[in-house]
Amino acid sequence: MMEDKVISVEQLTKRFGSFTAVDSISFSVSRGEIFGFLGANGAGKTTAMRMLCGLSFPTSGKAIVAGFDLYNDPEKIKKNIGYMSQKFSLYEDLTIRENIRFYGGIYGLTDGQIKSKTEFMVQHLHLEDQVDKLVKSLPLGWKQKLSFSVAMVHQPKIVFLDEPTGGVDPVTRREFWTMIYEAAHEGTTVFVTTHYMDEAEYCDRVSIMVDGRIDALDAPSELKKKFNASTMEEVFVQLARKAKRGD
Amino acid sequence: MRILRILLEKEFRQIFRNPAILRIIFMMPAVQLLILPLAADYEIKNVNICVVDFDHSTYSTRLVNKIKASGYFNLVDYTESYDKALDYVEHDQADLLLQIPPLFERQLIKEDNASLFMVLNAINGVKANLGGAYLRSIINDFNSDVRLEWIQLPRLNPQPMIQVSSINWFNPQMNYQIFMVPGILVILVTMVGSFLAALNIVKEKEVGTIEQINVTPIHKYVFILGKLIPFWILGLVILTIGLILSRIFYGINPVGNVLTIYVFAAIYLMGILGLGLLVSTYSQTQQQAMLISFFLMMIFILLGGLYTSIDSMPMWAQIFTKFNPVTYFIDVMRMVVLKGSSLYDIRFHLLAAAAFGVVLNSWAVINYKKRN
Repeated sequence: MMEDKVISVEQLTKRFGSFTAVDSISFSVSRGEIFGFLGANGAGKTTAMRMLCGLSFPTSGKAIVAGFDLYNDPEKIKKNIGYMSQKFSLYEDLTIRENIRFYGGIYGLTDGQIKSKTEFMVQHLHLEDQVDKLVKSLPLGWKQKLSFSVAMVHQPKIVFLDEPTGGVDPVTRREFWTMIYEAAHEGTTVFVTTHYMDEAEYCDRVSIMVDGRIDALDAPSELKKKFNASTMEEVFVQLARKAKRGD
Repeated sequence: MRILRILLEKEFRQIFRNPAILRIIFMMPAVQLLILPLAADYEIKNVNICVVDFDHSTYSTRLVNKIKASGYFNLVDYTESYDKALDYVEHDQADLLLQIPPLFERQLIKEDNASLFMVLNAINGVKANLGGAYLRSIINDFNSDVRLEWIQLPRLNPQPMIQVSSINWFNPQMNYQIFMVPGILVILVTMVGSFLAALNIVKEKEVGTIEQINVTPIHKYVFILGKLIPFWILGLVILTIGLILSRIFYGINPVGNVLTIYVFAAIYLMGILGLGLLVSTYSQTQQQAMLISFFLMMIFILLGGLYTSIDSMPMWAQIFTKFNPVTYFIDVMRMVVLKGSSLYDIRFHLLAAAAFGVVLNSWAVINYKKRN
């Protein structure tokens, strides 16, 4: 069972003063897997993800991401991961082309690579007419698809998506998930948090966090069997009800 | 340094796309340099004076006429009621009250000695002080006029008199604008440097884009350089605009080499940008950054020697001004513009500016964290 682990986490913990946001979680993710990271608001999903991206120091525990140690080589990890945060993170006062150029540039892509990437992305997202328009003029759904593409601009091994589809319509969400599937198909590991339980069904495996701990981790079908539920929503509600901390 | 170039490209695009920043860059120097120096004038004119004359003699009338003729005073009222006059002072309609006592003329003639009484409205301390001093010198003058009329001075004055005549070196006409404009220009460059740099970085925090930057392998030094260089250039652009404006509108031509100013400004701006960066590392929102910057600027400006002379400050404040970067630049500006000082003359100032740059930037870089 020693398949290719791209993320392995052991007893990772983050405390803010006396508050334990992430309480000794352990899991591993394989190459090309779509790993759903579920949990109620305040369960610690974003904190855990931020630690794995090298944005936040763990209090204790071990983690290897993309083959590098989280404590010793955070900058090497960063070369190999993409990240799309909850907050929209493209520059609204730059055009689509300029955003791609900027992020491509800081990941070290050459002018030629940036040019072909831009062409590919714009075609793929059907944004040919918009490429020289400011990002702030785009509708939210397109912004998010663009964000995802930009997070993938350097072809990372792993991409972390923090509630990537918040606030967009079902059609756009479906399109977004098509993009996620394409990325996974090409070998990129997708680590995604979400509140939408239909999206949880699309994941290869999901973990459900309650009060900073991982209370369940398995394929959606297994979880449904185990909790004797017909949908992931029921599984989630059963687990989340036990939570002591709220919003 | 391709990554640095990419960063600079982005910063300049954003700056030139932001009308608010462009307005600040071009409007602020214009407004501050064209309006402020005209208003911020140390010379006191229009001192409102109220004379209470209990004497009504030839001499008292002559004194009042002399005061009126000086051009500094504005006679609010000429009355016989002290209470009425005090009322003017209390209602802020008069800055000065001069009381000529009854029998002023008689005492002056008979006893060679007379006294006057003056009330100063100290609400506006500067005006009261200077107005009082003007009035005293007018009265002194009047006094010697009177003496001259009465006595035929002997060929050799029994009381030796020393006459002092002075010349204003470096600023012959004591032109306040020449004195103020370079100082205001310093404030401008300082504000633009620190405010814009701090706000720019904190804005990225607020919007969330800094997170996206922090998750890239970019080195924090490169990122910081990419943030500071644009504002370093902007600071020098504003300095240039300011120097041109002060030449056109005030005819101020630096006596020294303009390059000396630029060399100092280039080093000075590094310190100021470091300060802006430091403020940004301690603030989460633009509002916080603005308030902290404003607090610091107020202190730097008021204790920078622009409006008040450092030499007359208490000792502790004088020591403080040694740690105020603004002080050095104002000093250098005045030295170069008025005196024509060279790089060698300002070597200690350069050293101080460089020290600010090193300390503030190191502090800021240490405090800037990609991971928290």
